[in-house]
Amino acid sequence: MMVTEINSITPLLAVLVSMIASVLILASGKYPNIREGWTFVAAFIKFGLVISMLPLILNGKVITYTVVEMLPNLPIAFKVDAFGILFAITSSFLWIFVTSYSIGYMRSLKEHAQTRYFFCFAIALSSAVGIAFSANLITLFLFYELLTISTYPLVAHNETPEAISSGRKYLTYLMIAGVSLLFSILVVYHYTGTTEFSFAGIAGMETIPQTTLIILFITFMIGCAKAAFMPLHAWLPAAMVAPTPVSALLHAVAVVKAGVFTALRVILYVFGVDLMQYSGIWLYMAYFVSITIILASIYALMQDNLKKRLAYSTVSQLSYIVLGAVLITPHGITGGMLHIPYHAFMKITLFMCAGALIVTAKKEKISEMNGIARQMPITMLAFTVGALGMIGMPPVGGYVTKWFLLLGAAELHSMILIAVLLVSAVLNAAYFFPVIYVAFFKKPDHELKYKEAPLTMLVPLVLTAIISIVIGIWPDAPGMFLDIVEIAVANVTGGV
Amino acid sequence: MTGFDLIAPHLPVLTVVIPLIAGFLTPIIGWIDRRLPWYWVMLAMFVVLLIAGNNLVTVINSGTIHYKLGGWDPPFGIEYVIDLLNGFVCLIIAFIAFMVSIYSKESVKKEVPGKTTPFYSVFLLLITGLMGMTITGDIFNFYVFLEISSLTAYALIAMGDRGDGVVASFNYLIMGTVAASFILLGIGYLYAVTGTLNMADMQNLLPGVYDSKVVLAALAFFMAGFSIKVGLFPLHAWLPDAYTHAPSTASALIAGLMTKVGVYAMIRFMFCVFTPAFVIDVNMTEILTWAAALAIIMGSVFAIAQSDIKRMLAYSSISQIGYILLGFGLVNVVGITGGLLHIMNHAFMKCALFLVAGAIFYKTDIRNIYQFKGLGKKMPVTTTVFLIAALSMIGVPGTVGFTSKWYLALGSIEANQWIFVAVILVSSLLNIVYFWRIFDNIWFGHPHEIENIKRDEAPLTMLIPMVILGILCVYFGFFSGDLIEHIFEPLAKTLLGLGGVP
Repeated sequence: MMVTEINSITPLLAVLVSMIASVLILASGKYPNIREGWTFVAAFIKFGLVISMLPLILNGKVITYTVVEMLPNLPIAFKVDAFGILFAITSSFLWIFVTSYSIGYMRSLKEHAQTRYFFCFAIALSSAVGIAFSANLITLFLFYELLTISTYPLVAHNETPEAISSGRKYLTYLMIAGVSLLFSILVVYHYTGTTEFSFAGIAGMETIPQTTLIILFITFMIGCAKAAFMPLHAWLPAAMVAPTPVSALLHAVAVVKAGVFTALRVILYVFGVDLMQYSGIWLYMAYFVSITIILASIYALMQDNLKKRLAYSTVSQLSYIVLGAVLITPHGITGGMLHIPYHAFMKITLFMCAGALIVTAKKEKISEMNGIARQMPITMLAFTVGALGMIGMPPVGGYVTKWFLLLGAAELHSMILIAVLLVSAVLNAAYFFPVIYVAFFKKPDHELKYKEAPLTMLVPLVLTAIISIVIGIWPDAPGMFLDIVEIAVANVTGGV
Repeated sequence: MTGFDLIAPHLPVLTVVIPLIAGFLTPIIGWIDRRLPWYWVMLAMFVVLLIAGNNLVTVINSGTIHYKLGGWDPPFGIEYVIDLLNGFVCLIIAFIAFMVSIYSKESVKKEVPGKTTPFYSVFLLLITGLMGMTITGDIFNFYVFLEISSLTAYALIAMGDRGDGVVASFNYLIMGTVAASFILLGIGYLYAVTGTLNMADMQNLLPGVYDSKVVLAALAFFMAGFSIKVGLFPLHAWLPDAYTHAPSTASALIAGLMTKVGVYAMIRFMFCVFTPAFVIDVNMTEILTWAAALAIIMGSVFAIAQSDIKRMLAYSSISQIGYILLGFGLVNVVGITGGLLHIMNHAFMKCALFLVAGAIFYKTDIRNIYQFKGLGKKMPVTTTVFLIAALSMIGVPGTVGFTSKWYLALGSIEANQWIFVAVILVSSLLNIVYFWRIFDNIWFGHPHEIENIKRDEAPLTMLIPMVILGILCVYFGFFSGDLIEHIFEPLAKTLLGLGGVP
């Protein structure tokens, strides 16, 4: 399938906006209002730039821009396709909400080093969008590493020994992943002479001997440890020591989605659908991620700390996305890709609720949240919306992606995978309903007065909850995520 | 005829002559006014930098420069030959020396009080030695310059930390003398079998006597000698002490340049005195790669154990020299390209890091990395340079460290040596370990600990060279493409005798 390429500097600008903002943030560190002003301005401009490319993409075009030939034959280049813009829209759009939320959160808790916080946040966003728009593995790797480095200060933000040791854990996992990814890129380059993504997979990949190919796939997947596959997931719960907005945007959206995004790029755009099928890797990978889906849900059941429970839920949900992609059928891939924005909206709502609970009620443990809904009804309603979405109950978004995933599994007549999806839905219900039950129906230990989080926090979480419902009721609205995903799926499966 | 036309034919030799004469004039300059030698050295280094740049451009445009010293024809007279390889090394020496000379002002004043004039005099003579070693085409003349550079280095190191500096210098003296004797023996052997001292001539004559055990012994002597000079593990014992106890300025200079020139000499002897085919044939390159791989890992492991920043950087140098030699030991185009790249890249990174260590010492008298708390607030620019250079050492993409690492790893794959790929990758993880704890100490301190710390940056003369080197670390991380295509790859091909530019 021929795709028209349009040369435009917009993707570079979209990446650079928050880099430039980060410098301005640093420069105006003494004036918090101006500093946060920059973040807001950058967030809106970034989203504007990203969304301005959408019409072209929906027309089936691709936007390219080569920044510089870093090494001979290894350019730093951007290529915006439907899949890339899907991730970019998700993260840049949610940045706007989280900026508002961050201001409320950080100021309410009188956190230290706020300048560093906003600085790193802006760089992390640049990296996430950079990953989304990368035209080749090497550009992706550049931003992948930058994302790891820029999020480390956010994880270790508290600077307590616990935070530092969690930060170390975070770094260890992700740096080993980085090295593994680099190794894989080297091998791909050695065999094919290029690292550029292609809709049908990189030409020349089929010349790699089968054993090497399997090892390569494994090292690639270790490289995608940001996607938190078990047993490489331990960094994610550890990263929950970070301030909640970080957990919300980075460890539910930008960083982890960068991991699955990379995994999907590798599976569909490096290996390609044909090679995945032909080599039989897809089936092993499907079973492998199924284990994560189930196990992580069981781990989630055992957590009393709300953020940790959400983190394990994220681990499980991320593997849905990869599962969808390795099913290799159009429906499966649709489900997987669509789960990137859908899960993002629902999980960010949940995390922002958890943060609101920390700020207003000073409560992190589920066992302490008896009747908390009487104090914070709006927050807990939003939480319920997110939770229902995760379980897969209409009308909240989650059921849409689950439906596609089930269709994909059914097309393969794989009873095991269908069972995995259903069992996991039951487990999701098992770890989310108790929270809702405790919050709404248990008697509080003492009288609770109505007191919600500040508006800067409340508004974003209500909005994302509403959006979660809207994308569930009307998933096929023109220009919405399903439209974008359909183009992306058509690209990789060669039409249909 | 203008003055420049008169000088132009002698530009090649001026890179050696200028620092030599300037070095001997320094005492007089210092006698006039004690503040002058700094300006004098900077001026001399700047002129040398311009000439070195000009030489390289000439080489690129019109091929190798042959300069006959005193008009005597080789192989009887001494010949200076500047080709792409040493033209490039010369430029790096001149550039780093210039940067360090700018930096030296305050640092030397503090660390070698009252001895600034002799320091600068020796500084210039060291550059003379290094330049001479690099551009000479005569194997005995090479030895003379080797001794000049060694003796001056001993002197510089001895000016460092009271007592320790002298011991370190003495250690280095012993080891350096052993190395120099090896090299001299090698030269003697080769002279005995070929009857010439000119490198090019020797390369032509040697193949006829390759089956002679004397030639093999000469090669072994050279490799052993140079291995000591570059601090190749396990012959590195002199290096950590020497780097640690030398004055900061000298550390930066010696770490950035001495070992690089040693590596250059090793390459020159392996590929341009002997032939690549012979060196491969006697398994010398294979031995070299394994020794280098060992150095890479052990250097990093030892670096983790250090708490003195200069000592840590010294061990890190041992590991980085391993990278360079690994690249050359692979003897394929990609690997050698990586090795050449890393000569340049490591000079930038390590020099920047030593300069930062010196600046921190200048301001705080601290070298222990566990006492770096709050430095991020106190010296934001210095620590930012440190961050960039350290990330570069780790090999984060977008910095120079990544580009050379990429080539070295790719070269290892091409040579089908997967174990070296693993070595390179594991070593970047080890680098993370020893640099990250410094980051943690610099930027993460509890608010109440660092509340009262005021901004107190190093003086401008220190900041400028550090920042320039920091910027270069990033600049060449993105813009190495042309450089590799036009200089390093053709050069690698030439070294392997595969054609390309002369």
